[in-house]
Amino acid sequence: MKHSYLTALILIAVIAVIAVGSQMIGIRLYDRIATNLLISLVLVIGLQTFMGNSGLLSFAHIGFMGLGAYTSAVLTIPAQMKGMALPDLYEFMKVVEISPLLAMLAAGVVAALVAAVVAYPLMRLSDAAAVITSFALLVVLYTVMNNWSALTNGPRTLFGLPKTTEMPIAAIVAAVVVVVALAFKESRTGKLLRASREDEVAAAALGANIPHLRWRAFILAAFIAGIGGALWGHFITSFAPKAFYLKETFLIITMLVIGGANTVTGAVAGTVLITVAYEGLRGTEATLNAASSGSGQVIGLTEIVLALAMIAVMIVRPGGLFPNREIGHILTRSRRKKEKTA
Amino acid sequence: MAFAIQFVIDVLSLGGAYALMALGLVIIYGILRLVNFAYGELIMVAGYTMFLTSGSGLPWLLMAVLAVVMAIVFGILTDYVAFRPVRAKSVTAVLITSFAFSNLLQNAALLFISPRPRNVPLPDIFSQTVSIGGAITPVRNLITIAASIVLLAAVAFLMRKTTLGIAMRAAATNFTMARMLGVPANLIISSAFALSGFLAGVVGLLWIGRIGTVVPGVGLEPLLVAFIATVIGGMRSLPGAVVGGFLLALIDTTLNYTLSQDLLKFRDAFTFSLVILILLWRPEGLIKGPASGQRT
Repeated sequence: MKHSYLTALILIAVIAVIAVGSQMIGIRLYDRIATNLLISLVLVIGLQTFMGNSGLLSFAHIGFMGLGAYTSAVLTIPAQMKGMALPDLYEFMKVVEISPLLAMLAAGVVAALVAAVVAYPLMRLSDAAAVITSFALLVVLYTVMNNWSALTNGPRTLFGLPKTTEMPIAAIVAAVVVVVALAFKESRTGKLLRASREDEVAAAALGANIPHLRWRAFILAAFIAGIGGALWGHFITSFAPKAFYLKETFLIITMLVIGGANTVTGAVAGTVLITVAYEGLRGTEATLNAASSGSGQVIGLTEIVLALAMIAVMIVRPGGLFPNREIGHILTRSRRKKEKTA
Repeated sequence: MAFAIQFVIDVLSLGGAYALMALGLVIIYGILRLVNFAYGELIMVAGYTMFLTSGSGLPWLLMAVLAVVMAIVFGILTDYVAFRPVRAKSVTAVLITSFAFSNLLQNAALLFISPRPRNVPLPDIFSQTVSIGGAITPVRNLITIAASIVLLAAVAFLMRKTTLGIAMRAAATNFTMARMLGVPANLIISSAFALSGFLAGVVGLLWIGRIGTVVPGVGLEPLLVAFIATVIGGMRSLPGAVVGGFLLALIDTTLNYTLSQDLLKFRDAFTFSLVILILLWRPEGLIKGPASGQRT
C-alpha cells in the first residue's frame, strides 16, 4: 500500500515538472505541446483504468471522449453564437450556457451514463467478441456524432467553444486522474478485477462477479474520457467528429501499450514518450514537406514509425515498459534488496 | 414481382460478398483464435495493385489475377510480421500488432501513393445492366452472386475433401493434438493466411468494382462487415460466417428499403446495435463451432 503513495507522488511530480518546465521555457509551441500531453495523459489513464485492470482491449474509449467534448460544447458555447455554430439546436437548449468547469463535470457524467447503459450487456463477453463489440461501439458512437446534426453540427466542424483549458487546469486534472486511477487499482473492485484478468475461472470461483466488476471499471473509464474530451474541446476550440475515430484510437492505444497497460506508471511513461516521438516526427514531416514544396506531400510517416515501434515493443516486451510494477513498487523493492545485501 | 426479384438479387449479391469477407476472417480466427485487424488492408492491396498495373496495358483478367496474388502475398506477410513473432504471447499483444500492421499498410498507401481516391480499371461488363423479370439489375451484382457461389463451393470442397483442408479443420479443433499427429503448424497457419488473402483479393475486386476507386481507408467497411458477420454467425464456425454474412446483408438491405432518408444516415448505428442485441441473446453466435481447444 505504501508504495502506491510513493507512485502517486512520483507521477504527480512528473506532471508538475512538465507543467512548470514548459512554462519556464516560455516558448508558445512547447506550452501547447505540454498541454496536449497532459490532456492525452488524462485519456490514456482513463483507458488504463479499464484495460489495465480488466485485461480487455477497448476501442470505444475515444468515442466517449467525443461524447464529452460535444456535451461540453453544447453546454458552453455562448448563447449569441449558438445560432451560427449549431443552427439546428433544439429550442430549449439554445439559452443554456454554463461555466466550463461545470460543463466538464457534466461531460464526464454524460459519458459515464451512456457507458453504463450500453456497456452493461457487453461486459459478459470476453476475448475476441469483447474486442469486436467495443470496435462496433466506436463505430456506433462515431455514426451518431456524424449524423445528429442538431447537437453536433453533423460532419462539419463545430466552432465557438470558449478557450478555457490552460496549462494549470490540465495539470490539475491529470494529477487528480492519476490519484483516482491508483486508488481504483488498489480498491476492492480493482483488486478483484485484476484477479479476473489473471485467471477468469479462478476469480469467478472465488465469487467475483466479473461482468459487474468490468462494468464499474468501464463506467469510470468513460467518465474520465468524457472529462478528457471536454478538456480537449476547450483547448482546441473547434473540431469535427472525425477527431474521435480510428486515428486517435490508434494513438492512445499506442501510448498505453508501449508504456505498459497494466500500470499507471506505464500509462504516464507511454504518453510522455509517444508525445515526444510524435511531435518530433511531425516536425520532420513538416520540414520534409517544406523542402520538397509541391512535389507530393509527406503524410503518414509518423504513423508508420509508430506502428513499427508498437510491433517491435510487442515482440520484445509484450507487457510494455512497465509490465506489472508501479514505479514506487520498483523503487521500494530495489532499496530493500540493497539493505539485504549490505 | 419486380420488386421482390430486385430485393432477392440485392440480398444475394451483397450477402455473397459479405459471406466471402467473413469467411476470410474466420479461417484465421478458427485456427489461431486471433482477430486479424489487417484483413481490410488486403482488400486495399488488391485495389492498389489494380491501380498500379492499370497503365501497363495488360488484359484486365491478368491484372485481376495479379491483384489477387498480391493480396495472398500480403496475407502471408501479415502472418510473418504481426502474428508469428507474438503468437505464443498474450491475445492482446496479437490484436495490437495486427492493428498496428493495418495502420502501417494504410499509412504506407497514404505516403507512397496518395490520400486521394485512385481510379481502378474495370471491364465494361461491370457497368452494364440487365433486366430480369422487370427488375433492372447491374451485371456486377450477378457476377458477385456467381463468384460467391463458386468460391463458397470451392472452399467447402477444400475444407472437406483435401488433406490441407482436413488438417486446417483439425488444427482449428485442437491445435496441440493436430500437431502431435504430424500436422505442420506453421505451414497450416501460413496456408490459412494465404486462403484468407485469396478470399480478400477476390472480394476486393468485387467490392471495388462497386465503387470504381480505391482510397487508403477502403478496407475499413469490409473489415467491419466481416467482424459483424462472424460475430453474428459464431466466431468459430465456417458455415456460421456464411450464414452471418447473408443475414447481415438481409438486415442491411431491409433497412435500406424501409428507413426514411433521415434515419438512413444512422443505418450503421442500427445495424451495430442489432448485432449487440444478437450477442446478448446468444453470446456464442448463431452457430456454435467445435469445442474450444488450446491455441499455439
